Amino acid sequence: MNPILEFKHLHVEYPAKELGQTVKTAVKDLNLSVFPGETFGFLGPNGAGKTSTMNVLLGFVPPTKGSAYLFGVDVREPIARQRIGYLPELTYYYKFLTAEEILRFYGKIFQLKGAQLESRIDQVLKLVELDAARKRQIRTYSKGMQQRVGLAQALINDPDLLLLDEPTSGMHAIGRMTMREIIQRLKNEGKTVFFSSHELGEVETVCNRVAILYQGELKIEGKVSDLVNEHGMNLEQVFLKIIGYPTLASV
Amino acid sequence: MNNVLALSSVVIKELCRRKDFYVLFVLTALITLMLGSVNFFNDDRIARFMKEACLLLIWISSLVIAITTTARQIPAERENRTIFPLLAKPVSRGELVGGKFLGCWVASGICLLVFYLFFIVVSGSREQVWQISNYLQAMWLHWVFLAVVISMVLMGSIIFAAPSSNSTICFVTVVGILLLGRHLNKVAVSLPEPSSTILSVVYFIIPHLEFYDLRDLIIHNLGLVPWGAWALATLYGAAYTAFFLLGTWLLFRQKSLA
Repeated sequence: MNPILEFKHLHVEYPAKELGQTVKTAVKDLNLSVFPGETFGFLGPNGAGKTSTMNVLLGFVPPTKGSAYLFGVDVREPIARQRIGYLPELTYYYKFLTAEEILRFYGKIFQLKGAQLESRIDQVLKLVELDAARKRQIRTYSKGMQQRVGLAQALINDPDLLLLDEPTSGMHAIGRMTMREIIQRLKNEGKTVFFSSHELGEVETVCNRVAILYQGELKIEGKVSDLVNEHGMNLEQVFLKIIGYPTLASV
Repeated sequence: MNNVLALSSVVIKELCRRKDFYVLFVLTALITLMLGSVNFFNDDRIARFMKEACLLLIWISSLVIAITTTARQIPAERENRTIFPLLAKPVSRGELVGGKFLGCWVASGICLLVFYLFFIVVSGSREQVWQISNYLQAMWLHWVFLAVVISMVLMGSIIFAAPSSNSTICFVTVVGILLLGRHLNKVAVSLPEPSSTILSVVYFIIPHLEFYDLRDLIIHNLGLVPWGAWALATLYGAAYTAFFLLGTWLLFRQKSLA
């Protein structure tokens, strides 16, 4: 089976902000593949390189070395992003547009037109429960509603691969549950989900496979059940052990 | 092209929903209407002076609208982080630049059309002379002038981080070219070397925006510009616009957005 998402010897460096350093290495020689139908958790503490990896995947930052592919196409080609949906950690949308207008705008970018576009807008607005507020400008929405607009825009093209960057960050309990239900529903539909997160309990619940990144290096990768069985502890403890954090038991 | 059109429609919508734009727009329209309709002692010279003031106001307002609208486009996308969900879609950076340019140019064109309509109706009804071809020529060249300015500001918005510094630098440059551009070669002749050569090179490099200013022809009813010259000026403007847009794309293409 061909991977849907693939990193080959990915290396990302930034100009260093600290004195005496010329470059800061964010990701070192990352090799990773995600296959169709998987729900993949991309884990790591702050500064591990998760966001840099996502930035390369979405074409925001060019890789220093190596390459990344979406559906076998180099991510530097815009067409590689035709079948993906991306939900950023925080919602940033044109606040002067209504939810309907923003979905129409993004839908047009995915070459959706006429009745097909309008029907898709109806579907996603119903899915994220924003149907009643569709004619209101986004500036009038609450934070939770804005996050749901974010999810709606990520689903407008009925993507085969969904990239979620900290999808439940800053959400209250009901919001988290709704997000988990939506991810579960997409998983049941056979969609591939790749998400970066700190929420290990959540990752353990929804993911088939995980990778743990620490200081830019891939430390471990495998099925959640295999990792848990192999180490005889839950995913959170495995994570802490891998990044070398002293757990209460070890102390 | 589909993406460019979609992006330009968002720029136009934003402009339509901003209050500061309406203040300038309505003020200019009102002042044009008032200045154009006053009649002091049935004196033709005073009427011409009023026409001149109206056209100057239209030029300043259209320039301010074009520069301020364009200067904030890409920096605002980056600052508000709306660029991330946008570029995560199958949109190239070239299409983003094209969409922003087209949106700003069309929006400026709509303003220009309304300003000129006011002016034509008021001055035409006063003088009972309807020089439609002259007005169309002037408006078209004014719009081509704005295309050059917008593409220049768009390139500036990649180079300068703050929209305010970009707006100021571009405004001073454009006004400087309009006022001094045509005289640079004459000054160059009187200077010693190498200043003379440098100034001559500058004279030939800068876009001569004064070609697009047909205000005197309208005010004094001097007739049409030869259509060949009009077409050449359009091509000249298109070449500079293409050059600035290419520069914008080359600068923006590899820029890290992290």
